Amino acid sequence: MGRNYFELFSLPVGFEIDIAGLSARYQDLQRSIHPDKFSNATDREKRLSMQQASLINEAYQSLKDPLKRAQYLLSLNDIDVKSESNTVMDTAFLMQQMELREALDDIMDAADPLAALEVFTTDIETRVKDSIALLQEYFRDNTDDGLQQAAALSLQLQFLYRLREEAEDREEALL
Amino acid sequence: MALLQISEPGESTAPHQHRLAVGIDLGTTNSLVASVKSGEAVTLADTDDCHMLPSVVRYLDDNSVVVGKAAYQAAASDPHNTISSVKRFMGRGIEDVQRDQHGYEFIDTESVPRIRTVAGDMSAVEVSAEILTNLKTRAENSLGDSLEGVVITVPAYFDDAQRQATKDAAQLAGLNVLRLLNEPTAAAVAYGLDTGSEGVHAIYDLGGGTFDISILRLNRGVFEVLATAGDSALGGDDMDRAIATWMSAQAGVEIDDSYLLRRIMNEARRAKEALTEADSVVLTVELGEGNTWQGILEIEQFNQLVDALIKKTLIPCRRAMRDAGVSIQEINDVVMVGGSTRVPRVREKIGDFFAKPPLVDIDPDKVVAIGAALQADVLVGNKPDDEMLLLDVIPLSLGIETMGGLVEKVIPRNTTIPVARAQEFTTFKDGQTAMAVHVLQGERELVDDCRSLARFELRDIPPMVAGAARILVTFQVDADGLLEVTASEQTSGVEASVQVKPSYGLEDNEIERMLRENFEHAQEDVEARKLREQQVEADRVFEAINAALAEDGETLLSDEERATIVSSLQALKQAREHESAAKIKLAIEKADKATADFATKRMDASINKALSGHTLEEFE
Repeated sequence: MGRNYFELFSLPVGFEIDIAGLSARYQDLQRSIHPDKFSNATDREKRLSMQQASLINEAYQSLKDPLKRAQYLLSLNDIDVKSESNTVMDTAFLMQQMELREALDDIMDAADPLAALEVFTTDIETRVKDSIALLQEYFRDNTDDGLQQAAALSLQLQFLYRLREEAEDREEALL
Repeated sequence: MALLQISEPGESTAPHQHRLAVGIDLGTTNSLVASVKSGEAVTLADTDDCHMLPSVVRYLDDNSVVVGKAAYQAAASDPHNTISSVKRFMGRGIEDVQRDQHGYEFIDTESVPRIRTVAGDMSAVEVSAEILTNLKTRAENSLGDSLEGVVITVPAYFDDAQRQATKDAAQLAGLNVLRLLNEPTAAAVAYGLDTGSEGVHAIYDLGGGTFDISILRLNRGVFEVLATAGDSALGGDDMDRAIATWMSAQAGVEIDDSYLLRRIMNEARRAKEALTEADSVVLTVELGEGNTWQGILEIEQFNQLVDALIKKTLIPCRRAMRDAGVSIQEINDVVMVGGSTRVPRVREKIGDFFAKPPLVDIDPDKVVAIGAALQADVLVGNKPDDEMLLLDVIPLSLGIETMGGLVEKVIPRNTTIPVARAQEFTTFKDGQTAMAVHVLQGERELVDDCRSLARFELRDIPPMVAGAARILVTFQVDADGLLEVTASEQTSGVEASVQVKPSYGLEDNEIERMLRENFEHAQEDVEARKLREQQVEADRVFEAINAALAEDGETLLSDEERATIVSSLQALKQAREHESAAKIKLAIEKADKATADFATKRMDASINKALSGHTLEEFE
């Protein structure tokens, strides 16, 4: 339909987003387009409604989460951040990543691994929050340089997300 | 059959024609059917005033079939021909079904395993279809007319193969499935509409053979499932089995024949039910050869036996909360669903876990069927202005096999459906002209640890150097949670697609054959049935297009466009009255083609209308 995800929800293009507004529009759109609203329609309309509802779901997921939103915004600017080879990683960050990963491995041998995991997860959460705040600044800049920095940072954020997921997996294994 | 009144094209049909639709809870142990009557959803009883139908099917040597209570009562005397808990075998392969102790003789066939009975080898789909047929007849007798559509509930944790098997069973029973609805979501509908409570809810659904936990948010009539988790082979059956194992240890016997197994299992189940009220229960089992064992099961002992099972349900609870991104404090209430939540120990432990007393206001056995009936009423079109909308998720990640036996996830679990995702792959050999696509479902990294859903091949890829081909694999999951996969080579446009027919599923021609046999059995004419089906479909299409014309025909179409559609409708109406099934089908296709642009315009208009209340300026 040629509209970008922001336009689909009648929202201004940007990293800062009114989440409540997004959710409300998402629900309004689904209320009018969801296959449940077309259960008595022709097969063609059913199929179209499924495709449109899929698109709206995809758009909603892409805008709701800060990392995905950043990635989507960058893709609108023709910057591909999903493939890691495209961006040179900051050496300091890579070092930090390795340390965090080692710390996570060590937790499993800690006296109280669950408590140690919680400390670890809280630390990651703080890092995630800081990165998101910084992303906001870079996107507000909206310069080429700002976008490049946003790209590098969203790649780092992706690492943090993965680390958080791993920590959660380990917590599940411990319980 | 409630034949629709055929009105002139452009005119809408009678506005308040009530259409018959029911919700069916096809349970492991019991099944129910419910419908909205005078604005209220109620479960329908059989002629003996029983609402619950034991999900037990008995095959007799004269090819007759007994379903329900009578079959249940015969289970101990005729265990091989009396199938209970068949839901556990839906969409499962031979190695899966042989894992449990159930006493049936399974035959491995090319498609699905079958149970040997005196009336022939029966697949789980056929057995389930018998239960559905019984409920269909009950509903039609009770409501006085034939059904336009049904909503059938499935455990939220059912994978694609299990869902497809359920849909196949419905097709075999001659039911028009409006939607496969997840059981916890159905329960939420029953509760949510009852109490109108907004916020985050946890639905804890422990049935006879399946466990689901769903976390969902209710907001302005929208039920948004945030996450779901579960175990599709854990339930009250396992409690019975735990008691049975304890009993056989106490009695000092080995359970080595199906007859004894059934007797002990029946007694175990009776004990479990008695212990929801009493503190102890006296157990009696005939061991055979005139020996009888008697013992007492105290509630403390029983609690100890089931604690391990209850604990097993907490792992999915944690995972669902984590995936939903909510903490225990954020959950407003916990709803208990499924017969097994009658066990006081379950309520106690789950109340402790969620730190709040669980809700048991609606009969946990009936709540799923009631929710399904409410949605069926909306879907069939009886409540056109209803605000209710259910947004559900897929329970397990979907992916495809890549090099080295690894699974690459294409759609992660707990993604809202419907959903479409595409991923690009490439060839790894020079001149490679075909690529095998292996579709899997599950969370693990290795192919062997995931469930194989389907395999297909993309052929005729033009020979290129390795890595040059661009093969786009698209996964489309519909609102029933069913997957369709297409693959196409982008540079040449070569395409292959499969409606995912599970690796452990019935082939289309098998279903066709079964339908045929059913008719022969019922002495019905297949051709007449086909004609009738096409007529019903013609009526449906006729009415749908008419309604669309009445709604948007003036605003979205030119006179000329409208005239084309109207003439295709007139042709359809004529074909419907006089012609063969094939000709009606052709007329339907023509009407569909004639409305292609109109359908697209209507979709766009819907989207614009939904957003018309909002403007960009609001946010600036």
